[in-house]
Amino acid sequence: MESRYIIISYGQLALSALLILVNVGLSMALKLGLARSLVIATLRMVVQLLLIGIVLEWLFTQDNPWVIVAISLVMTSVAGMAAVNRTQQRFVGIYWNSLLSVLASSALVTGFAMAGIIQVQPWYDPQYLIPLLGMVLGNTLNGISLGLDRFMEGLASQQDQVEMLLTLGATRWEAAHHQVRDAIRVGMIPTINSMMVMGLVSLPGMMTGQILAGANPIDAVRYQIVIMFMIAAGTALGVFGVVLFAYYRLFSANHQLRLDHLYQARR
Amino acid sequence: MGPSQPLLVANNLGRRLGERWLWRGVSFDLVAGECLGLVAPSGAGKTLLMRNLVLLDPCQQGEVRFAGKTPAEWTMPTYRTQVMYMPQRPAALDGTVQENLERVFELAVYGQQHFDPDKIKSWLQQLGRSPDFLHLQAARLSGGEAQILALLRGLQVNPRVLLLDEPTASLDGDATTRVEGLLSHWLQQPDHACVFTSHDTAQIHRVADRQLNLGDFN
Repeated sequence: MESRYIIISYGQLALSALLILVNVGLSMALKLGLARSLVIATLRMVVQLLLIGIVLEWLFTQDNPWVIVAISLVMTSVAGMAAVNRTQQRFVGIYWNSLLSVLASSALVTGFAMAGIIQVQPWYDPQYLIPLLGMVLGNTLNGISLGLDRFMEGLASQQDQVEMLLTLGATRWEAAHHQVRDAIRVGMIPTINSMMVMGLVSLPGMMTGQILAGANPIDAVRYQIVIMFMIAAGTALGVFGVVLFAYYRLFSANHQLRLDHLYQARR
Repeated sequence: MGPSQPLLVANNLGRRLGERWLWRGVSFDLVAGECLGLVAPSGAGKTLLMRNLVLLDPCQQGEVRFAGKTPAEWTMPTYRTQVMYMPQRPAALDGTVQENLERVFELAVYGQQHFDPDKIKSWLQQLGRSPDFLHLQAARLSGGEAQILALLRGLQVNPRVLLLDEPTASLDGDATTRVEGLLSHWLQQPDHACVFTSHDTAQIHRVADRQLNLGDFN
């Protein structure tokens, strides 16, 4: 494959590390106490990325669909767990709820994009599947943790209103409706906001990457638009799924609000 | 329904907090026209008993029946429109008092019924309030005004049994007398009954036909 971009050597990489010295220097001069975490964060970032580089290099040579599906499942599981880890409160089964929501929404959206929109041959080509899935997962995870947190928090703080509706004869859905809507709205806000300013304030990373790699900007933009639609759909489905699961967990079939099912996350 | 059949039956109810029974074996019949005064030292679980009677919390022991049928047989939302619980510190939604009253009729259980301003205004008059009360912002009501809103909100959908948890706790003497008057008038209508709690022993003697002491059931 002919490269249309300049390859960065390890020597040049070391040179770029000088930039982090700006941070370290500032921290030491102003006694910010950040030097230690900066160094650790820098090392982690470098090691993690070099490792994933090796993994991806290996992965892109695979043509066994099962290997690629297995890797996708691992990524999805990590995203599902991470979404829950950021919430303040938990209920029994919350990890499974999150996992299932992330799995269903990302599989649906990424599958549709791979097979229906971009029409990659074969459908599991890791060069497309893994980056697309990764971007959908990263955003869905964000939306899910925001939406889930808001839903549990909203029910706990608005317990009086919710139970007032129940005592007046509301079904559990009528009583929860406001909180469900609110949670989904909060989960969707980051996606909507980023679409609003995209291209004006922010140049998305994927598009920038493609341009650096020599792609025609118009082609890169088209990819970015597809990605944003995937992210919007994946986040909406994921947030809706996880909030719906939580709703069934926190409202009994007897139309009771079961806040006793909630417990604080141990930190 | 025959006149002899009780409206509300509580049979062997029990409530546990952790390992300890707060009360258990609570049974009573409530017949039409009756007002049962629920008394107990504070912290003995009067509010929890009322919540149990409308199944806001899961029933740990025993069962309730309204007009001979269990809540499941009525379906829970319908049961709660018939046996209505009014908490001591009522909640309100955003908007004016009138909007709060109107919102109730958006619930599916009320079908084609709708808000009746004349009925509300006549109750407001009995309570010594002007119709302007309807235009106040619900979020800014005082504790006593919120209790009046809750009373109107419940009465307008014509429940048969009211579970009143300290309904006049935040009201002054005159307003309390007026609420008691309104309730005793309401009780005289056929097939109505109520359960009443109050920290004021004199009030319990005034409004209740008989008393149930929760302290006897632990």
